[in-house]
Amino acid sequence: MPAPTQLFFPLIRNCELSRIYGTACYCHHKHLCCSPTYIPQNRLRYTPHPAYATFCRPRENWWQYTQGRRYASTPQKFYLTPPQVNSILKANEYSFKVPEFDGKNVSSILGFDSNQLPANAPIEDRRSAATCLQTRGMLLGVFDGHAGCACSQAVSERLFYYIAVSLLPHETLLEIENAVESGRALLPILQWHKHPNDYFSKEASKLYFNSLRTYWQELIDLNTGESADIDVKEALINAFKRLDNDISLEAQVGDPNSFLNYLVLRVAFSGATACVAHVDGVDLHVANTGDSRAMLGVQEEDGSWSAVTLSNDHNAQNERELERLKLEHPKNEAKSVVKQDRLLGLLMPFRAFGDVKFKWSIDLQKRVIESGPDQLNDNEYTKFIPPNYHTPPYLTAEPEVTYHRLRPQDKFLVLATDGLWETMHRQDVVRIVGEYLTGMHQQQPIAVGGYKVTLGQMHGLLTERRAKMSSVFEDQNAATHLIRHAVGNNEFGAVDHERLSKMLSLPEELARMYRDDITIIVVQFNSHVVGAYQNQEQ
Amino acid sequence: MPVFCQLCWSAIVDADGRIYIRNWQGGILSGGFEKNPKPIFTEGKNQLEIQNLREDWDHFEPLLSSLLRRMPVLETLEILKLVNCPETFTPDMKCIMGESPVVQGYFVLAGMNSAGLSLGGGAGKFLAEWMVYGYPTENVWELDLQRFGALQSSRTFLRHRVMEVMPLMYDLKVPRWDFQTGRQLRTSPLYDRLDAQGARWMEKHGFERPKYFVPPNKDLLALEQSKTFYKPDWFDIVESEVKCCKEAVCVIDMSSFTKFEITSTGDQALESLQYLFSNDLDVPVGHIVHTGMLNECGGYENDCSIARLNKRSFFMISPTDQQVHCWAWLNKYMPKDSSLLLEDVTWKYTALNLIGPRAVDVLSELSYAPMTPDHFPTLFCKEMSVGYANGIRVMSMTHTGEPGFMLYIPIEYALHVYNEVMSVGQKYGIRNAGYYALRSLRIEKFFAFWGQDLNTLTTPLECGGESRVKLEKGIDFIGRNALLQQKQNGVYKRLAMFILDDHDTDLDLWPWWGEPIYRNGKYAGKTTSSAYSYTLDRHVCLGYVHNFSEDNGEEQVVTADFINRGEYEIDIAGHRFQAKAKLYPVTSFFTHKRRKDDVELSDFHGK
Repeated sequence: MPAPTQLFFPLIRNCELSRIYGTACYCHHKHLCCSPTYIPQNRLRYTPHPAYATFCRPRENWWQYTQGRRYASTPQKFYLTPPQVNSILKANEYSFKVPEFDGKNVSSILGFDSNQLPANAPIEDRRSAATCLQTRGMLLGVFDGHAGCACSQAVSERLFYYIAVSLLPHETLLEIENAVESGRALLPILQWHKHPNDYFSKEASKLYFNSLRTYWQELIDLNTGESADIDVKEALINAFKRLDNDISLEAQVGDPNSFLNYLVLRVAFSGATACVAHVDGVDLHVANTGDSRAMLGVQEEDGSWSAVTLSNDHNAQNERELERLKLEHPKNEAKSVVKQDRLLGLLMPFRAFGDVKFKWSIDLQKRVIESGPDQLNDNEYTKFIPPNYHTPPYLTAEPEVTYHRLRPQDKFLVLATDGLWETMHRQDVVRIVGEYLTGMHQQQPIAVGGYKVTLGQMHGLLTERRAKMSSVFEDQNAATHLIRHAVGNNEFGAVDHERLSKMLSLPEELARMYRDDITIIVVQFNSHVVGAYQNQEQ
Repeated sequence: MPVFCQLCWSAIVDADGRIYIRNWQGGILSGGFEKNPKPIFTEGKNQLEIQNLREDWDHFEPLLSSLLRRMPVLETLEILKLVNCPETFTPDMKCIMGESPVVQGYFVLAGMNSAGLSLGGGAGKFLAEWMVYGYPTENVWELDLQRFGALQSSRTFLRHRVMEVMPLMYDLKVPRWDFQTGRQLRTSPLYDRLDAQGARWMEKHGFERPKYFVPPNKDLLALEQSKTFYKPDWFDIVESEVKCCKEAVCVIDMSSFTKFEITSTGDQALESLQYLFSNDLDVPVGHIVHTGMLNECGGYENDCSIARLNKRSFFMISPTDQQVHCWAWLNKYMPKDSSLLLEDVTWKYTALNLIGPRAVDVLSELSYAPMTPDHFPTLFCKEMSVGYANGIRVMSMTHTGEPGFMLYIPIEYALHVYNEVMSVGQKYGIRNAGYYALRSLRIEKFFAFWGQDLNTLTTPLECGGESRVKLEKGIDFIGRNALLQQKQNGVYKRLAMFILDDHDTDLDLWPWWGEPIYRNGKYAGKTTSSAYSYTLDRHVCLGYVHNFSEDNGEEQVVTADFINRGEYEIDIAGHRFQAKAKLYPVTSFFTHKRRKDDVELSDFHGK
């Protein structure tokens, strides 16, 4: 690309240039806020209320943290070098690019970046991404577990199959059932896009398959013969509810294999929120259960970024959810059903998978625990019944589904667990990802038009910009870049290495005090394809 | 400012800074060729739509820095405009012109690599001649559209290659430079085996070919450091390979050669080939004929070897880059006859060249058949078994003038035959060799190659190829009239071989190609290729000698006498070296005599 600069004779007008410099200026800050912020205790999902503290699992015991805080407040120098920081941040990053066909990309999705940073040990967040093979579309989801990772793990493995099956036409279901019946090879349903650390449980695979098969057999039986178009929204709701139901049933029935028996109980007694996006062409559905969030990054005509929320948090900050809970239970429970912004004073998300302690009757809970394995009986937490537990179920896995028709200005979608949204404002999230994805050019395009600029001034400006950009390109993954900001941002909104290094070198048992597990998926849309869809319909 | 006025007449190029500066309407205009180009594909959009992209200052920053470094005083100049428009580039930095190989009469001139303004006039002239007369008046094979095939049109390939090509605009271009991107596209099945044995590769028409083999204990210079116009770092390596070809046996993978098969139900194949080729192809089955494929003017469109497999089928071997051109030519001139079948079998065969006096021992041991000249005369082709593999086409020729055999092996047998050859050959001192050794061997034997020494404007009579033409074979062939006329009138240029006399290989700049030839102090032509002959211990150049009239510079007839009576010099970068001109290869008598003086004990050792 030959790029000739065409210049006239010198005429210095410095004052006019200041306008350019003004827009391109950025802050240098030599001194940085280094003291780790104390994160209030209520950021933990379960109230570490002294009275119930003993019922919590050991690492959720708040009393240990008080000891830890003393330890952290002593000035310690355990700085990580930038490469060490990078290796921690990048350990779980994953990128997927939708393959091009002869240079023409027909999918509305260009690809996605995902990453997660643990605070719990082991991490309780999960993520999933898969392409539907028997129907069109791609599924992406983040799952935030609590009281262990069993439930979020199970949901991350199973939910997409339930959704995919719900979306399948009757004939395909029949074909699959016949193949299973006659022992023929199965039609592949999902193409997973997994990081090597994202595992599937081998032991439970057979059990999960049987439950799924029962589901599609029922779908086949329910079919009335009329080939109505499958409604994605309905399919998503059915899949969520069905999976939660299966989790609950499997725990009630148990399994002769003691390992599996313990597993299904752990899954049912722990919980998980889910935020899932289904993208098919310009049709974007987001199904959300709990307090993870889906955020659309929209680029306005002037190049600036704005955030469009595609999900509602199901927690105490949501008036409609408070209303719903009050309506679902008798008036005399109005005060006890949500206490201290928590469901029954305990649970932060108001919708979740698993958590049978908030769903089953007291009888059922006692029965299952008594007949269950010793490990379960020994665990004080599972035996504990929530206070004011009168009219179960208090909790549901039914998702709220949002539909959005993609427009060319919709550039990307961020799915993330509350670990991200607690630390960053949605507007900042969208701006950081937007500027990252479009690179330095859209960030602050320099145009001379109209201004009087000399070559020397331009040169100075460009040299400065280059120095700044070299740091941005450390990340090859938008999700990693976002985590870097979420963990390392100082009060000026810039990544501070010292802070980042401190946050990442917190001891395992302490990390959860300062941050939650963070899981992020950034889906990039192909504006050309989306635009072509639009033109087609016009 | 006076400084700019002095610039008014010239354009300044700062190659290190990758920029040019010139006067423009009283101000200056400066641009350049950056190191980090951004390829874009226009996706069928109108060129005008992408004529003006958004100004991209960050991309321009390195060029601006070097502009201000070269001329700091410009700092105070005011910017008028940054123009950002895409240019077209080709995979080898040369434009593409000529007739499409698939659509007759469809002419192309494109991909000017940013030199459209300076090349426009000449390119337009040649293309116009091409369209009117059917051929341009200069050799433009290097620009011919048909040097590329569909294989070079992959988007990913183009994307990677143009990113390498564009920065080269202002880089020093050294001889024998290989592109680093878009490689390993077409490979022989032996690629991995050879690579593991130290092969260094060059690419022709997408095909990887070994240049030479680096012995395990030897280190070559890093890529950047290896750039030179002097004696290159591979000199000793190639020397040992050549020596092995002369004294023992070497194997060279030559699978890249273009291979066609022409078969027919009756005599159609023979008839159409007789019309297309200058030599007589009505030879007994099993014979190989070297022949030119000439145009109406008698010039070489292709130089190839054709083996008669049986009465009705022929096997044709041409240079690698002829795959598209030769195919198009044959399709244009062969009768449209369903009983005549032309097939490109390039991909079906792996070709191994066994060069050297012991090749015959290796092959006879592997085939349990006598391979001596009595049983297997030169330029002969037989299907036989080698090792366990049957149906190997063995040809007694090596493309170098050295004794040996070409083996055309169906690809599934390639590894087997190679392994057998190497293990049996061990006791005869066999080793791998590459194209640089082949090049040295063939140039010292005065073997002209199409694309380098031969082109569409040179005739067999001008390059000592009379023996490859049968004017009286009883059938008219393309170019026959032109040759008859030339035979009567004499030729106006003659390919000769020059042996440099006072050239110091270690210290002097090397000849590569394109060096001026002086006869009795007067310019007489240019060299077309050159190589160091390890047998003669001298550089050998091939080149055409013209006879320009002293009065008006017109070309006159060149006779053998004219060549022999001249005193010659070759000009290498301004330094003239004395050279002896030869019209025929140096006799083996001469070389043997030379060698006799320096026979050593080590020559009796097994290799």
